[in-house]
Amino acid sequence: MTENASRLSGLKLEAVTLSRGARRLVADVNLSLSAGELVSVTGANGVGKTSLIRAIAGLIAPDSGVIDFFSGLSALDAETVRTEQVHLLAHQDGLKSARTVRQELTFWSQWFGGQAGLDTAVEALALRALLDLEVRKLSAGQRRRLALARLVAAPRRLWLLDEPMAPLDALNRERLAEVMDQHLKAGGMIIAAVHDALPLAGKTLQLERAS
Amino acid sequence: MRALRALFERELSLAFGRGGGPLLACGFYAGIAVMLPLAEGPDPARLSAVAVGAAFATLALASLISLERLFERDFDDGALDLLTLGGAGLALVSAVKCFAQWLATGLPLAIVAPLVAISLGASPSTAPLIGLASLLAGLGFSFIGGIGAALALGTRQGGVLIALIVLPLFTPLIVFGAGAIQAFQSGLEAGPPLALLAAYALCACALAPFAMAAACRNALN
Repeated sequence: MTENASRLSGLKLEAVTLSRGARRLVADVNLSLSAGELVSVTGANGVGKTSLIRAIAGLIAPDSGVIDFFSGLSALDAETVRTEQVHLLAHQDGLKSARTVRQELTFWSQWFGGQAGLDTAVEALALRALLDLEVRKLSAGQRRRLALARLVAAPRRLWLLDEPMAPLDALNRERLAEVMDQHLKAGGMIIAAVHDALPLAGKTLQLERAS
Repeated sequence: MRALRALFERELSLAFGRGGGPLLACGFYAGIAVMLPLAEGPDPARLSAVAVGAAFATLALASLISLERLFERDFDDGALDLLTLGGAGLALVSAVKCFAQWLATGLPLAIVAPLVAISLGASPSTAPLIGLASLLAGLGFSFIGGIGAALALGTRQGGVLIALIVLPLFTPLIVFGAGAIQAFQSGLEAGPPLALLAAYALCACALAPFAMAAACRNALN
């Protein structure tokens, strides 16, 4: 679907400054990321990790600074990249409680351009037994696994994850680490806001409160 | 295309469940039809004089009922964020949402509308025209209502805001819709007002999605 020429292989943030309302969050964030790399974004509660992730996803306009996407050395159109090659996993997972796991996974997979069936995603996050349950009946961890399964069901290059591990138990943290590892090995990129270090090698971006 | 079809199916199933869906709107509509004779007195001549007008004004109000949640739920639970990351763009997302809303509430209301008007004393020969006019007006109500729903995102008392924004824009639909039926009843040509109604509704379909997309972007930022 995505031609090689426009395949996302790099991301660069230069002097990005964000604020919410009148409150300045982060100032002058610089970051560069290339294919196969993971960046953990850390920092205190409310420092702006989520906002940074939303800015990369194009949902918040930065006050200043630039966010550029690259394929090799050529710059890509940010809007196109965001609608074709970016996945977002946030606290609010967008799952509708009255619909079944299967319905939601199918819908989001198609929405994000997933071509293959759901089997790989269902296996990777062990959702087989939950497929016919309504989303409202899931525990927080099961719900998170469903949200994560979307990323596997519709392959996209850049994953923006906001505390992906938070509600998961030890076994499922291992599963997720495995999924993330495979994504990176296939040339994908991950930016994850975390409090506890991820069990994967990668860079760290420490956010400080802007003065 | 496949993504849009998936979205349409999702929206339709959500629209049927949203705030009571078609049942609430139709029940509200039927409720007015029952209360009007109680308030106005049972004299058939008086009732049939206001039947069409009352039915159309009620149609506009009934269409408002579930509008508040058109974008709000997706906004609150984060689904709107994810919808912006699909390939279709927010304008098409909005259009699909409004179209599904029309099918889920506008269509049932257009079926109930002739029954309500006739039970209030309108002539049965007007039934097809009332159905058609309600269907067209409903299309306009959904798309224009969508603008109000998108603009009200993130505000408290969104329902009040929606009514304030949307009701003035509903007036041409009510004027042309009820006008076409009254013209027909008094033996005049119903075509011109009906054509104006269709033009206004289709114009709303063409333009409203861009306004909704801009309003959603603004609310997300």
